[in-house]
Amino acid sequence: MSIDLETKKTVKSITEKYKYGFTTKISSDKAPKGLNEDIVKLISGKKKEPKWLLDWRLKAFRTWLKMKEPNWSMVKFPKINYQDSYYYSAPKPKKKLKSLNEVDPAILSTYEKLGIPLEEQKRLAGVAVDYVFDSTSVATTFKEQLSKLGIIFCSFSEAVQKNPELVKKYLGTVIPYTDNYFATLNSAVFSDGSFVYIPPGVRCPMELSTYFRINAENTGQFERTLIIADKDSYVSYLEGCTAPMRDENQLHAACVELITLDNAEIKYSTVQNWYPGDEKGKGGVYNFVTKRGACRGNNSKISWTQVETGSAITWKYPSCILQGDNSVGEFYSVAITNNFQQADTGTKMIHLGKNTKSTIISKGISAGRGQNTYRGLVRMGPKAKDGRNFTQCDSLLIGDRCGAHTVPYIEVKNQSAKVEHEATTSKISDDQMFYCRQRGLDQENAVSLIVNGFCKEVLKELPMEFAVEAQKLLGISLEGSVG
Amino acid sequence: MLKIEGLHVNVEDKKIIQGLDLQIAPGEVHAIMGPNGSGKSTLANVLSGKDGYDVTKGKITFLKKNLFDLEPENRAGEGLFLAFQYPVEIPGVSGMNFLRTTINSIRRYRKQKELDGVNFLKVLREKAKFIKMDEKLIKRSVNTGFSGGEKKRSEILQMSLLEPKLAILDETDSGLDIDALKTVANGVNNLKNKERSFLIITHYQRLLNYIVPDKVHVLSKGKIVKSGDKNLAIELEKKGYEGIM
Ligand SMILES: Nc1ncnc2c1ncn2[C@@H]1O[C@H](COP(=O)(O)OP(=O)(O)OP(=O)(O)O)[C@@H](O)[C@H]1O
Ligand SMILES: [Mg+2]
Repeated sequence: MSIDLETKKTVKSITEKYKYGFTTKISSDKAPKGLNEDIVKLISGKKKEPKWLLDWRLKAFRTWLKMKEPNWSMVKFPKINYQDSYYYSAPKPKKKLKSLNEVDPAILSTYEKLGIPLEEQKRLAGVAVDYVFDSTSVATTFKEQLSKLGIIFCSFSEAVQKNPELVKKYLGTVIPYTDNYFATLNSAVFSDGSFVYIPPGVRCPMELSTYFRINAENTGQFERTLIIADKDSYVSYLEGCTAPMRDENQLHAACVELITLDNAEIKYSTVQNWYPGDEKGKGGVYNFVTKRGACRGNNSKISWTQVETGSAITWKYPSCILQGDNSVGEFYSVAITNNFQQADTGTKMIHLGKNTKSTIISKGISAGRGQNTYRGLVRMGPKAKDGRNFTQCDSLLIGDRCGAHTVPYIEVKNQSAKVEHEATTSKISDDQMFYCRQRGLDQENAVSLIVNGFCKEVLKELPMEFAVEAQKLLGISLEGSVG
Repeated sequence: MLKIEGLHVNVEDKKIIQGLDLQIAPGEVHAIMGPNGSGKSTLANVLSGKDGYDVTKGKITFLKKNLFDLEPENRAGEGLFLAFQYPVEIPGVSGMNFLRTTINSIRRYRKQKELDGVNFLKVLREKAKFIKMDEKLIKRSVNTGFSGGEKKRSEILQMSLLEPKLAILDETDSGLDIDALKTVANGVNNLKNKERSFLIITHYQRLLNYIVPDKVHVLSKGKIVKSGDKNLAIELEKKGYEGIM
């Protein structure tokens, strides 16, 4: 009840603020279905955003109206009716459960297999936890440590309030609001996300994880993240969590922008485990993400590592624009598709500066009826003297109803650049399976062992604890794929 | 230990094993010799539970259990080990990781405590030293790019780590140089005890100089056509299969 009242009040105050007013009647904690300028204004107003940001959102919205949903990828899905979704709802406090007994046993068994400690299981499943274990207190100490170093790590909305000049300077400079259908939609209606700024000369002493960000819940389906590493700085950022995530929103269209100045480095790691739909292909999240980093400064570096096991459809290409001379871009990816999952993922390495280098290691695993596509672009611009790229794309098939596809695009506009591309496709052979089983491993552990071996080059790029969890996750994602 | 009665096996409708009987008591070493294609590997694969073999008749009891009721991994857990004639490569999976995963999986099955990193390394080093296997090899991907002899040595290392009750060695001596042959034989002899049995498939009497068998069987066209003691192998070496049949 209190939520309703609060929302009504906010809406009312916003209505009064904008002279054009609202043409839509809003009466509950959810704005009505559909998307129009009033909804964009409502989102912005609710967050008390400055005018420039609202204007930016509106420009994006108007652009989006003129755009068409792209259809060049390998993925297939029924047409999304954008007017049939809610774009704003007041954050609802999660219903707290009293004990783990109330949690779905299937979820608990996954937690157990992942080796998640009991207290942590409770937190993930939304069971009320002891204050001692509440991650909020951990997060607070964590924040104090960071602020001593001048590091800003907060929610995007908080940054808009507290550091508007930084947000304004960098937002949309890597992914312009006109970029693509989903990024443009995100620019218009993004809900919240993370903001990180590392000041010059600072090496962030710990992995920054969304997990520790206060108010990490309710960031919703249109997340927006902006990370800036100023001169001579370093940060490693972790997104996501190996525990399975359910979400009632089918469409997720996040945007992540990274910027490195001279000699700075950002390492961005993702484990994506959204609900993939059931064994028959029903339900599941559509994960249409735009992630891009700009190595603006000389000698700067951006490294993307991703482990994609969830979602019904994954469509993302974390990319690097290598502007600064000697800058380095890396992309390490594991994508698993089981049952009816589809993934179309890869990267773009745009070499603009001199002596820029990029490495792409992509491991696609398909099981069941899963479809896995690597799509990558390597472009050597006319000024990218001595640019280098090495690409390796390996596909592993489990069973014979799945598919793997590799679509490399290479554009070289100068003579001194070198681009190397290697690709392999292999199957887990019956002989390998039998060998492992003869040594005492059951089918699932055997597949898991072989798959982890296949992905080793990528997994070793993940921060240590994350890597251990990711290994287990790979096994779990492939359960039921053999035998 | 092992009792095979009237075993008949088809592969893709082709009769490979046709009425085989064999009994191995605890602590015994049996050798099987026989011409190429006589069904030796087929027997080893059927015992260890590989797919694709159609058992049309017969019974196999292993440690009083019906072998056909057990999945391959459970047979391994019960103590059946097969050193493969052609060990398969598993790229990306380091030997260390493989050995530790398998040994602990089997220990779990046997309700023994799993080995932690330190204890595992201790055991591994000791066994590797005994069969003169270079630790560098263990750090590489399982069997990947190994020479023929290195693969065989790695099978023996795994055998000694997994402490089977019945170890089947399918031509482990083929392709070994004379020194390697001695170390492999040493590895086997070292494992020999009152409870542990061996079924050794070989083409050469030479190996049996080092591992002395209690019984030698000659397999031909899917049947045991002759059994005897170690002297049968010597006779066979002199006269050939034609000569003794
Ligand atoms: N999967 C298969 N499909 C068809 N034939 C098979 C298959 N596996 C085995 N065979 C046949 O079964 C027969 C016995 O093979 P097996 O490998 O058991 O022989 P072996 O006694 O081990 O021979 P070698 O001494 O050469 O190792 C051979 O004729 C072989 O071609
Ligand atoms: Mg053979």
